[in-house]
Amino acid sequence: MAILEVTNLKKSFGKTDVLKNISFELEKGQVLSIIGSSGSGKTTLLRCINSLETADSGKIVVDDGVIFDSSSTTKLTKEQKRINQLNVGLVFQQFHLFPQHNVLRNVTLAMELQAKEKPDFKRNKKKILADIEETAKEFIAKVNLSDKINNYPCELSGGQQQRVAIARALALNPKILFFDEPTSALDPELTQEVLNVIKSLKNTGCTMVIVTHEMDFARHVSDKVIFMADGVIEEQGTPEEVLVNPKSERTKAFLNKLS
Amino acid sequence: MFWTVTTTLLEGFAETLKLFALTLAFSLPFGLIISFGSMSKLKPLKWLVRTFVWIIRGTPLMLQLIVIYYGPGLIAGWAQEMVMQTGEANSFIMWLTEWKVLDRFAAALLAFVINYACYFSEIYRGGIESISKGQYEACQVLGMSKTQAFVHVVFIQVIKRIIPPMSNEIITLVKDTSLARIISVYEIIWSGESFMKSDGLLWPLFYTGAFYLVACGLLTVLFNKLEKKMDYFRS
Repeated sequence: MAILEVTNLKKSFGKTDVLKNISFELEKGQVLSIIGSSGSGKTTLLRCINSLETADSGKIVVDDGVIFDSSSTTKLTKEQKRINQLNVGLVFQQFHLFPQHNVLRNVTLAMELQAKEKPDFKRNKKKILADIEETAKEFIAKVNLSDKINNYPCELSGGQQQRVAIARALALNPKILFFDEPTSALDPELTQEVLNVIKSLKNTGCTMVIVTHEMDFARHVSDKVIFMADGVIEEQGTPEEVLVNPKSERTKAFLNKLS
Repeated sequence: MFWTVTTTLLEGFAETLKLFALTLAFSLPFGLIISFGSMSKLKPLKWLVRTFVWIIRGTPLMLQLIVIYYGPGLIAGWAQEMVMQTGEANSFIMWLTEWKVLDRFAAALLAFVINYACYFSEIYRGGIESISKGQYEACQVLGMSKTQAFVHVVFIQVIKRIIPPMSNEIITLVKDTSLARIISVYEIIWSGESFMKSDGLLWPLFYTGAFYLVACGLLTVLFNKLEKKMDYFRS
């Protein structure tokens, strides 16, 4: 049973077709890398699945929950959209941490706001908040930042900031975690610490989709690779199939340019 | 004589400060509401609000004081004349005939609040629009509503960015209160002038400047402290 199903997804900005009929599936616990040159539609695809953009047509299903379906006549309410949103998590290229909050607060804020909306919050306030802090600390430990818990984002390196962003997304327990070029804004030496965290998440069974330019990483960590070009999936398969023995000429040309 | 003048000026200055503080208390939140209006997705509302802001920022505050103070009485007069001449007496016109001139201080306060709220709204708008889209997107993917994003994430960042232009505007307000003199609000310029009329002395009026200087000096220190306090984060 696939945890993510994308069917015939289309999206255009004005006259430019950015996504032309994208379809793919991902199994639970798998890691998918999406590669391709800039402007091929990778980021737009991620943004559509995470509801930051609305696709023109097609269908997106995450763990049996419909996130987007252009053929359905019933429109999703704002509330449903917010609930669906929590099935997926997104880590941005530019981190987008909340600068005025320390590391711990960056991770707890969204959880707290959700807890506050529940009817039993007032009665068990202390316990709920303590639990949230506990959970947050666990995730911060997972990204090896326990010693930075009270620091502000401006006091951290780019790699550390990105790791906080990963902890922040993970803490909400998404069914799939998406990464939009998570290391593109980082120096090479900082890139590795972020990639190591992603690798360790794979070992815990986390389902992940990563848009990346790190080919070595894609080859070693992913179960599946998609190569996108001009808004279509040019080639998909195991890392071996796509990165080592590509069939498509465009994939070959792209890989040659990199090596 | 110096002490008599000083105590009299202090009394006037208390009125000045009252006008200043009340104007701030009302115009700071009111300005935020106006800024939401001027950024509204409802086009008619947006243009209505922007036209209003244009009129208020495009005409002198002194004129606005005069209109608000003398306007209601003028309208009541016209309405009464109309009733006399045409005999028409529907409830709207009768209501207009009963309009009264506002209390001087209330009229001044109203004019200042409207005027400053419009200036503040533009500062808020600039601050809000300068926050990167990424902050809102991060909030959205974390399941926050737009209101939650504004209150818990964006607002403090906006405050940090608008402190310098706000402090500028607030310091201007201290001195702008002197315009209330035009509708004879008993503030410090008025009390300074009173010595000209009663004792033929000019220096008490000059002396009022010292009071403004002290107030603005204190505000400058306060705003510098506030700016430093917000230094713990960068956005």
